[in-house]
Amino acid sequence: MGPNLLANYSEAVAFILFVIGFANLLLQKNLIKKIIGLNIMDSGLYLFLAAKGYITGRVAPIVVDGVQSVEAYINPVPSGLVLTGIVVSVSVTAFMLALTVRLYKRYHTLNLDEISMWLNKEGR
Amino acid sequence: MDFVRNLPAISILACMFAAIISSGLPRRAARFLNYVLIAAVGGMSLMCLAYVMNIQGSVVYVMGKFPAPWGNEIRFGVLECLMALFFSVVMFLAVLGGRHKMRDEVAKGKEFLYYVLIDLLFSSLLALVYTNDIFTAYVFVEINTIAAAGLIVIRENGRTIEAGVRYMVMSLMGSGLLLAGIMIMYDVTGHLLMSNIKEAVDQIISSGEYYIPVIVAIALMTTGLCIKSALFPFHSWLPDAYGYSTVSSAAVLSSLVSKGYIFLLIKLFYRVVGFEVISNSHILRIMFVFGLIAMISGSVSAIKQSDIRRMIAFSSVAQIGYIYMGFGMGTEAGMIASIYHIMSHAATKSMLFISAIGLTDVSRGSRDFKDLTGAALRNKVAGVGFLVGSLSMVGIPLFSGFISKLQFMNAAVDLSLQKMLPSLIVLGISTILNAVYFMKTVIRIYTPVTKVEGGMEELTVMEGERIGINGVVHEEDRITFRKQILYGTVIILFILLNIILGVFSNEIITMIRMGLEMFA
Amino acid sequence: MSFKSWINGEEDLLLNNLKTTRREDDHVKPLLTDEEKKSENSKVLNKIYNVEDNRRLKRFDKTYRVVAIVFCVLLAAAMLFTISYLPKVGDPDTPANSSVVSERYIESGLQETGATNIVTGMILTYRAFDTFGETNVLFIATVCVMVLLMLDEKILEKLDKTSDRIYEPDYDPILTLAAKVLCPIILLFGIYIVLNGQLSPGGGFSGGAILGAAMILYNAAMGFGKTQRFFNENIYKVAKITALCMYGLIGTYFYITGANGIDNMIPLGTVGAILSGGIILPIDIAVGIEVACTMYAFYALFRRGGL
Repeated sequence: MGPNLLANYSEAVAFILFVIGFANLLLQKNLIKKIIGLNIMDSGLYLFLAAKGYITGRVAPIVVDGVQSVEAYINPVPSGLVLTGIVVSVSVTAFMLALTVRLYKRYHTLNLDEISMWLNKEGR
Repeated sequence: MDFVRNLPAISILACMFAAIISSGLPRRAARFLNYVLIAAVGGMSLMCLAYVMNIQGSVVYVMGKFPAPWGNEIRFGVLECLMALFFSVVMFLAVLGGRHKMRDEVAKGKEFLYYVLIDLLFSSLLALVYTNDIFTAYVFVEINTIAAAGLIVIRENGRTIEAGVRYMVMSLMGSGLLLAGIMIMYDVTGHLLMSNIKEAVDQIISSGEYYIPVIVAIALMTTGLCIKSALFPFHSWLPDAYGYSTVSSAAVLSSLVSKGYIFLLIKLFYRVVGFEVISNSHILRIMFVFGLIAMISGSVSAIKQSDIRRMIAFSSVAQIGYIYMGFGMGTEAGMIASIYHIMSHAATKSMLFISAIGLTDVSRGSRDFKDLTGAALRNKVAGVGFLVGSLSMVGIPLFSGFISKLQFMNAAVDLSLQKMLPSLIVLGISTILNAVYFMKTVIRIYTPVTKVEGGMEELTVMEGERIGINGVVHEEDRITFRKQILYGTVIILFILLNIILGVFSNEIITMIRMGLEMFA
Repeated sequence: MSFKSWINGEEDLLLNNLKTTRREDDHVKPLLTDEEKKSENSKVLNKIYNVEDNRRLKRFDKTYRVVAIVFCVLLAAAMLFTISYLPKVGDPDTPANSSVVSERYIESGLQETGATNIVTGMILTYRAFDTFGETNVLFIATVCVMVLLMLDEKILEKLDKTSDRIYEPDYDPILTLAAKVLCPIILLFGIYIVLNGQLSPGGGFSGGAILGAAMILYNAAMGFGKTQRFFNENIYKVAKITALCMYGLIGTYFYITGANGIDNMIPLGTVGAILSGGIILPIDIAVGIEVACTMYAFYALFRRGGL
């Protein structure tokens, strides 16, 4: 173990969230729960990025009163990446929900195993 | 500055524009725009290829006015342009080859959306090929994933939607891991541009600080991309997705989408971390083992199938195993063999999917082996296409598959004993298994139906008459070349492409080697 | 006549003469032996319930779960292990926080992009290509949702007549009144955020989401009929395509002039005013329209299957 685990507790929390979401995505059979897992996973990653960009005692990167020194603001790059990431996860969530709606309309269940069973019975 | 340097950026942007405009166009116009676009991008890639061959080096192109570590950047050398050219050729042929089935497979009123998806998929593939920025790569990986899933589900039946869900779940896990890797990498290097990351990684490796995070980041990114490109344990979505989607989608997905991710992985190895770092870590060995397992298990599953398209889909699993085995060898020869195999497999697999649809069309649309008996005699062009594809897959000289197998063998011979033996043995076994299931199919489709076989007796009289049992082949079931000029031409072009890859392999391999040298 | 034979039904009191005895060949061999019965039974069961398949699936499921849990635990352990080696949170000297990249964004971002909000300046000017890709992710998500959920117009008309959706707007006075009051305010707020992207937190993505929310609220309160007066499928298409093309054209102009070393003609404007930030303001407006359209389209497609 390295020296920084306690100092980086926020990142540890973020990655534990990531793994919780990942496990949900892997293990849940219910499609809605899978989607919730996906969102938890993404949130964990964004939390990690937010923690990454933060610098103690500095403020959000919006230039106030013409102060433009590096010492005044936090790192702007992770914030931009979080923005991009959020948009991606919104799109993916919408798409997954649309798939779920279609499957539910056809098979009246949200359980992926049951859906596979129906597919096997249907033949092709 | 030469105008040619603008072309890669223009080709990516043109694809996006075409997609945006197509979403408001009627079906025919969208289709026409799509064809023009792919042809134009092919032409532009060819010009770029000629340009970089001429100047013997790679070109860095800044997107916007801010240079290297601040702005976005794309970079192209011989390998990138070659890949872009090749992708456009295969894409063009795959889209044209599935055109006649489009009316049956896509709901009325949604066909223009199909072309929007193809355009965006193509733009993301080009961006993955050209980009030099790791976060841009992530964004376009997502576009690629969603577009591919859209292409799977656009044929709306239960199977494809279920396959779409499985594909999305797998892919999203892959993207999550990829993004986590990118973030850790950014954290310890402070850069998002590939070339800058490499400098920082070199420093980290020499100083030893943050060594563990770097290795973990590489492992995460590699795992993510392996999941997305359907390496062996993560292939459960693949047979349904390829087997039941529209024929163009199946061809494009199997030959291009997974290849885009694999190309990004190559880029990651060479440009982000450096090949020496990768070959000294254990990551390549794990890939090697999984590649070997994939080669065997994919072929074994393919033999068990009784559905021709699922069989071809499972064969893809095995072929991706070949590519990863080449990576896992950890030598330049292995890498060249893998890159050649990417091209060979893309050309062959899309041809197989396209010819399989011709065969099933003349067998009442059934994809079951027992109904396919004699299909090649009813649709000669498709039969020849399938025959050539199978021969290439098995590795008969003159075709591209032979060259890639030869390259893998050559690369394997130079390895240390503990890697050489398994790779040679598995290559041998896998070739035999390939031969088993492809030759089984070829013999089946060339057996005349007059010999009534076990399966055929189960047909009712009417069905038997319809497909021309007992040698009475009805005219409407026999498809001649004249009735399908476009389809036939596509198959012939595919065969030509395969033979070109096989005959001019020396030149192509020289180009790949040159490209790899200027890649890092 | 014995009682026993009466009990066994071999003799009858009423039918005096009738005497029935069990014949030897009454013991007809049953069609199936017990074992055969069992095997037939299991075959039928197998056919109906897929017993064999299910048993295999169950076994697969168990191993899958174990493997997945082990994988997740290993992943968590690896992550925690990695984190312990990562640079400290909040430390100004980490490679990421002290790199030249963020330094230039902060120190000369204002002069080079004209935006006070450094994050907006970064994503829309320095890394504009990423953001164009990101907008395309939204676009492709709408396309995919359309593929899955959009219904044919005839079916849609039929559904509109038969479903109870037509009664919705008139029977919820509270919602209607609240929407009437709130919608203009939300719209104004959204427009403010879109236009102020270069000056304060906000920009096209967040402002567009707020605009979309206003439209969704209006729709939920007033119904599709009233919304369609100002926002139907054609207007949606026109708005979306114009916005994306505008973004694309500005972007292309910016990339190509920048890469070829030509000065672009877009003025940066006075710092701090609404009309500042060079390409940021038009791009923000385009993104705002696109995001609002996307959000509303998601809602409408899920709700009704058409815009």
